[in-house]
Order: sequence, then structure tokens, then C-alpha cells
Amino acid sequence: MTDTQSAFVAFERVQKSYDGEVLVVKDLNLSMPKGEFLTMLGPSGSGKTTCLMMLAGFETATHGDILLDGVSINNIPPHKRGIGMVFQNYALFPHMSVAENLSFPLEVRKIGKSEREEKVMRALGRVQMQDFAGRRPAQLSGGQQQRIALARALVFEPELVLMDEPLGALDKQLRETLQFEITNLAHELGITTVYVTHDQTEALTMSDRVAVFDDGRIQQLAPPDQLYEQPENSFVAQFIGENNTLEGVVQEIQGNTCIVKLDSGDIIDAVPVNVSTVGERTRVSIRPERVEFNRERLHADAHTLKAEVLEFIYMGDIFRTRLRVAGTDEFVIKTRNAPDQKRLKPGEMIEIGWLAEDCRALDA
Amino acid sequence: MSDTTTGPVLAADGRPLKASLNRALRRQKLRAMMLIAPLLIFILVSFVMPIADMLFRSVENQIVSDTLPRTTALLPDWDGEGAPDDMIYEALARDLAVAVEAKAHTRLGSRLNYERTGISSLLRKTGRGVDEIGETPQDVLEGVNDIWKDRDAFGRLIGTSEWVDAINAWDGEDSSTRIAPEFNANSSFAEQFPGTTSLYASYVLQSVSEEDNPLGEKPWPILFHVLAQELPSATPPSDVPEELALALREAATALDGVVLDDPRAVFLDIDDDWGDQGVWTTIQTYGPAYTNGYFLNSIDMQKGLDGPEWRPENEQIYIVLFIRTMIMSLTIMGMCVLLGYPIAWLLANLPDRKANMLMILVLLPFWTSLLVRTSAWKVLLQQQGVINDVLVWIGIVADDGRLQLINNQTGTIIAMTHILLPFMILPLYSVMKTIPPSYLRAAKSLGATNWTAFWRVYFPQSVPGIGAGCILVFILSIGYYITPELVGGTKGVFISNRIAYHISSSLNWGLAAALGTILLAVVMLLYWMYDKIVGIDNVKLGG
Ligand SMILES: Nc1ncnc2c1ncn2[C@@H]1O[C@H](COP(=O)(O)OP(=O)(O)OP(=O)(O)O)[C@@H](O)[C@H]1O
Ligand SMILES: [Mg+2]
Repeated sequence: MTDTQSAFVAFERVQKSYDGEVLVVKDLNLSMPKGEFLTMLGPSGSGKTTCLMMLAGFETATHGDILLDGVSINNIPPHKRGIGMVFQNYALFPHMSVAENLSFPLEVRKIGKSEREEKVMRALGRVQMQDFAGRRPAQLSGGQQQRIALARALVFEPELVLMDEPLGALDKQLRETLQFEITNLAHELGITTVYVTHDQTEALTMSDRVAVFDDGRIQQLAPPDQLYEQPENSFVAQFIGENNTLEGVVQEIQGNTCIVKLDSGDIIDAVPVNVSTVGERTRVSIRPERVEFNRERLHADAHTLKAEVLEFIYMGDIFRTRLRVAGTDEFVIKTRNAPDQKRLKPGEMIEIGWLAEDCRALDA
Repeated sequence: MSDTTTGPVLAADGRPLKASLNRALRRQKLRAMMLIAPLLIFILVSFVMPIADMLFRSVENQIVSDTLPRTTALLPDWDGEGAPDDMIYEALARDLAVAVEAKAHTRLGSRLNYERTGISSLLRKTGRGVDEIGETPQDVLEGVNDIWKDRDAFGRLIGTSEWVDAINAWDGEDSSTRIAPEFNANSSFAEQFPGTTSLYASYVLQSVSEEDNPLGEKPWPILFHVLAQELPSATPPSDVPEELALALREAATALDGVVLDDPRAVFLDIDDDWGDQGVWTTIQTYGPAYTNGYFLNSIDMQKGLDGPEWRPENEQIYIVLFIRTMIMSLTIMGMCVLLGYPIAWLLANLPDRKANMLMILVLLPFWTSLLVRTSAWKVLLQQQGVINDVLVWIGIVADDGRLQLINNQTGTIIAMTHILLPFMILPLYSVMKTIPPSYLRAAKSLGATNWTAFWRVYFPQSVPGIGAGCILVFILSIGYYITPELVGGTKGVFISNRIAYHISSSLNWGLAAALGTILLAVVMLLYWMYDKIVGIDNVKLGG
């Protein structure tokens, strides 16, 4: 990871309060290298927009420093920061045509007319919207407006672009196309991007790194695969992807593995992540697709649990089976729809287990 | 894909789709009509009809020809030189005799007085003396035959016997239900004595309108005058009652050589003005049932001998007043924009609680009486008032150089701006409320300074609110009259004050209507220009 000195964007111990009573952002430390695509992901009200606004200059940090290219920008007004921004509601100026919208940032930078026109056409070309230059924003569809908003944020060639839930209002298919276009453009132009979203799939597919926000803090900052496979606490485990949780007490720790005694009395194997002492309460997390019910595929000495099949859901590419395990009815396993895959029936009794490294003992 | 159906699109049941759609929509339309019907009727009764009435009144002028039908029928032929000939005096004498009985001559007097001062008193004076005409032949006839002393002599002579019976029967009926029978003249008599017949018809109408039997009332002396005039050249008809036919023949001989009253002499005797060409020109000019006189008057012109002409310099007031009204309304509108815009902006951008507080302050003027507010301005603005006191105390103006802030245009502009400010702020606010703050942020993130962001992005989007506010304030102020009346003195009054004056004091409703019509036309013209320049769909009161 980059250290603060060489980072392009850096938050140093940033705090923010709107009303002097509640800290909306509690202690934000973040550094991004140039060209990175970083996504802020988190539940509503977790302070993502606030962070973005502080970076853009529309909110001031109550405490701490925000650095851009090594320089503190706390006292630089927004229009001098040169940061491109895409808003959730697009914020295209309704009284200007598409071309006028795009040339606005160039005009305020006093760029000559011919150069302006050329840049506008190039920017429109990047998002395949050359034919719409003369239209008003109201005459465009949501996806087209979003493309224009993106083109406008890029037309003055900023090095840093901020996007606050830019795809929130679009339907799934369009969202997927645009996700692809945005990441492509960002990488092609070498732009550093901070992207805010609610949608974890979006976060996982687009980003170089994802910062999971909750309660005004970054809960985990990691590349998508790490985030999914190695969540560092139970919030991240719960928030990203589907997850099975079991609660219990740590009974034994042996280097890289530990044994957890569940509240139901069952014993399981896990990786100690957030636990360090025997007797500590823990919440273990197992991804549904890492649960195995074929005894032959498990270690001989692996601990197993008895489970009763409650529900079998056919989902096409996968089967989703809900089980009663160790006192909970919400335990889910997912299996691939392969020719030899067994289809479980409700009422059936099976035995399940997993590799110890797939099961993470997190904070209680 | 070559599905080229050329005919109309058909619905599932084979009917044309358009027809089906219309049928489906008809019920909806009917319901909509019923929902707006009460308002429609209300607007029709309280708005469209008064305006139509006003437009009509501004050209309507039937009172002259209604009151002086015989005179106005003859006057168009008068050449306008000197005094008219005897026939016209004669006609006027008959008309005035009828008018005096109906007390219509005073109303006519006030009407004509707008056009020429003095006519009102002239007519009133004449009304008192004109009933002498006809006393000479009346005395002669009553001396010859007692039948002329009978009150029903003229009725039986001129009316048909059926009418005489009918009118007597009518007299006996219960007064609440009866409808008077229409007067019917004996056709052969009417042929020989047209003037007498027509005057008697007027006499009958007048008696009946007073619920009296015309046969039981004393006939007017002027009837004898007219009869005596027509007698020499007429052959007495045969089909009148025997004794009256005899009396007529006797009368002809008796009146031979008697000198009848000369209306011209009578009029000139009452007042020399009747010999004045100007009086007659006025009656001639305003004789027709419709006139453009009120409109000419409204733009400081008058009817002259050869078409419209300007009034004398010292009588011109209305054009100046119209221009002053326009300029002051525009000034007030401009002040409202300047003062209202920042407040509306604050209202739209403050947090809700503070904005509500501020909104209450903005609306406060609506909760106090207009009169109280205007009077408060009097207290503040007068020369010994609070503002002057403060200025003197600070030392900005000298004690003997106190500013004249009231009873002039300054006073009107200050007080009206205050009163009309909410009408600017509210539409502005409701439009600004719909402009998301993200536009300004977007502009700034694109590199615009605060001012550029405001001017290029925020302001254009608030223009519809400015338009709506301006139209509202301008139209309200152009028709305002209480405040200018109270704080405007003589220099700061509006055209509406003149209109009010003509409606309630001078009672010249026609002129008031013409002034109002011009005002309406000017407003509509400005509205049209606004539509051409800014576009009326560019006006928003909200959302
Ligand atoms: N202008 C403001 N004044 C006061 N409080 C605010 C303001 N803006 C945001 N907040 C509060 O700050 C907290 C964080 O808000 P923020 O908009 O950053 O959340 P977010 O993560 O962007 O949520 P979402 O995903 O719903 O957009 C919320 O509790 C919100 O109520
Ligand atoms: Mg947000």
C-alpha cells in the first residue's frame, strides 16, 4: 500500500461533524496512488458522500488534513481544485444544450473556441454521444444523461474524478454496460477515481480497491477478492456477499487455526482473525459456496455438523439450499448446477463441513 | 417489416381507434366540465361580464338620444353655424317637456356637463321655465269650449276607443298585477297630427310609469301648443267622437290669428346660452348612441369641428398620468426584483426551520391591514417622521433640509414596493426551491467561481420566477389606488386614482370605463410583448 507521502490523494485523521454533536466521519485515513479506482461502499448514512464532498471542497473537514498530490487542499475553494465530479442526479444544466454543458468547464478556463469545440467533440466521442450535441438534457434518456455527465466531468482533463452513486437511478442492464464503460475510460485515461456506491456487486466488479464504510470509519480497505474472501470483521463479512454466521466461544487456538465451541454445543474449525484468547466470544463466518456436504471431499479429521434440509431452491446456474444447523434456520449453502450435483430434498439429514481456512472467527 | 396499413388504425372491435378513444374520453371530459362549472360560472358572472360591461360603457352614449329623441333626429342636418333654426328649438321644447316630467333632464345635464361645463345648470334652469310653452293656446281653447278642460279630451281625441276602454279598465285593476295596455293612436288622426300624436304617446308613457291613468291627469300645456301648430294645415279627421270633432273645428277658427309661443324666444329668454353655437355643437356631437368621445377624452383629445383635436395644454392630464403610472410601476417592479431576489434565495437555501421563520416575516404584511401599513409609512416618511429624524440625528441631512419622502412619487414607490414585495418573493421562492443545490456544486466543481456559477447556472434557471413575479407585481401595481391615494400626494398618484375619482366622485362612468379599457389594453399589449421577448411558457409559479 502507498504511504501518505507518495500518495496522490490522502485523508489524514479526518473528522467531520455537521452539528457539533455527532461525528459523521470519525477517523478517516486513506491514501490512494495515482490512477487507482477506489470505491467507497457502505450502508446509507455511513458518511460516504460526506467524504466525497470534503474532497471536492463543498464541505470542510472539522479536523485533519486532506492532501492532493502531497499538498493540503483544506483551504482551496472547490473551483480551484480541478476535480471532476459526477453527481447522482447528473446535475446537467437544463438550460444549456449538451455541447454547452460540456464546453462550460472549458469556457470558465478561458480556452479558445476552436479548441473548445474540438475537446467537446472528443469527449462526446468517448461516450459515443456525438450525435446528441445539440439536444437539451431533458431530451435524453437516463443512461444518455449519465454518459453526458461523465463526459462533462472528464472534458477538462482532471486527474481526479469523483462519482457519487452515478448509476443509482438506472436499470440493471444499463448499469452493467456503464460500469464497464466507466472503468475502461478511467483506466484508459489514467484517471484516479473515487467512486461511491451502495451496490456491492458494482464495487467488487469495478474497483482496484474497495473501502467499506460503516459508522464513520473505514471498516476494511482491500482489493475486491480479499474483501470477499478475507473479511476482517463481521460487519464486512455480513455486508459483502452472502454469509453464514454462527456464534460461539473460542476453545483452542493453534497457530493458524482454532476450535470454536458453538452455543449449540457443536465443535467447528476456523481461522482466528479477530480473536486472540481462549474463552473469547466470536462470530464465525462461512461463505455458502464453501460449505461441503460430500464427506469425501473433506479432511478426514475435519469437524462436521449435522444439518436438516429445510428448503431447496433451483436458481438455474446454482442451487440454494437452506438448512437447519446448530440451532439456526438461516444457514444457506450454494452448489453449482453440475451434471453429477446432488439435489437435496427437504427433510433430508446431511452432514456438512468445510476447510478450516474458509471459516473465519471474527469479532463477536 | 413492411406493415404498411394505409387506412385508419382500428380498435379491437373494428371501429376506428380514434372514435373509440373519443368515446372513452367523453365521460372524463364531461366530469371535468362539471367540476369546473361552478368556477366557470363564477368567473363569467364576476369577471367576464363586468369587463364586457366596462368595454360597453366606454362607448355607450344612449342617454342623449333617449332623452332628446326629436332634437337628435334633426341635429345631424344642422350646419353647425350660428344657432340652429326654429324647428330644432321646437323639437327641443317637446323633448324637454317630456324629460322634465320624467326628471331625465338633470341626468342628461350631468352627462353633457362632462363635455361642456355649464350645460348641467343650463338644463336645470330651462327645466323650470319650459312648461310655460302652450299656455297661450290652452287658455284660448278652454275659453272657446269647455270640453278642453276635460282631462280625457286628448286621450279620446287621439287614442282609439278600444284603447280608451282598455286604459280605463286597467285603472280599475289591482295595482300589483296590472300591465298597462299599449297606446294605440287613431290612425287617421295620427296621419294629420303626427307631432301631437307622438307627444301624447310620450305623455301616456310618463303617466303610466307613475301608475296614473293618463285620462285622469291634466294634459301638459305643450300638447295644446303642438296641436295649435298642426291645426291650420290639417283636415280634421272624421272618425273621432262627434263633440271632439266639433271642438277641433271650432278651435281652428278660434286660434286663427293667435300668436303662438315661440320656443326660440322662450329658450333665449330663460338663458342666453341657448343662442350659443357651442352648446348646440356639444349636443350634436354627443347625439349618436355610440361615441368615441370618452376615449378621446382619455387621451387628452376632444371632438372638434373637423375631427378629433388635442385639448388645450392646461387640460391635458391623462397621457402624463398613463406614462407616469407605467414608469412608476416599472420602477416598483425593478425594486421588488432587487430586494426580493436575495430574500427568495435565502428562503430557498436556509435550513427549513430558519426558512419558515423568514417566510413568516415575508408574509407578515399580508396579515396586517393595507391601510394600517400605509399609514405606518406616513408616520415613518413624513418630514418630521422617524426616517428624517434619524437622518438629521446622524447628520446626513440638515434640519432645514429634511427630505420630502412622502406625498410625492418617492412615497408611492417606497410604500408600494413594500406592499408588493411578497408577490415577487413567493414565485421566486417557489421556483428557486426547485433548483437543486447540486447544480451550483456541479458548476463549481467544473471550475466556475461563485459568481460565474450563479450567473451562468443558477440565475437562468430562476428567470421564470422573475418573470412570474414581475408580471404579478407590475399588473397589481398598475391598478393599485389606495396606497398612491394615501401617500402619493398629487405628483404620486396613478391612473387608477383618476378612474376611482370618476367612478365615485364625478360619476363619469363612461370616462372611467374608457380609461380602464385603455389600461387593460396596455397591460395586454405588454403581456403580448413579454410573450414575444421572453416567452410566456417561461413563467413559473412553482414546480
Ligand atoms: N448537510 C448536512 N447537515 C447535517 N447532517 C448531514 C448533512 N449531510 C449529511 N448529514 C448526515 O451525515 C451522515 C452521513 O451522510 P452521508 O450523506 O455522507 O451518507 P452516505 O453514506 O452518503 O449515505 P447514502 O448512501 O444514503 O448517500 C448522515 O447521518 C446524514 O444524516
Ligand atoms: Mg450519499
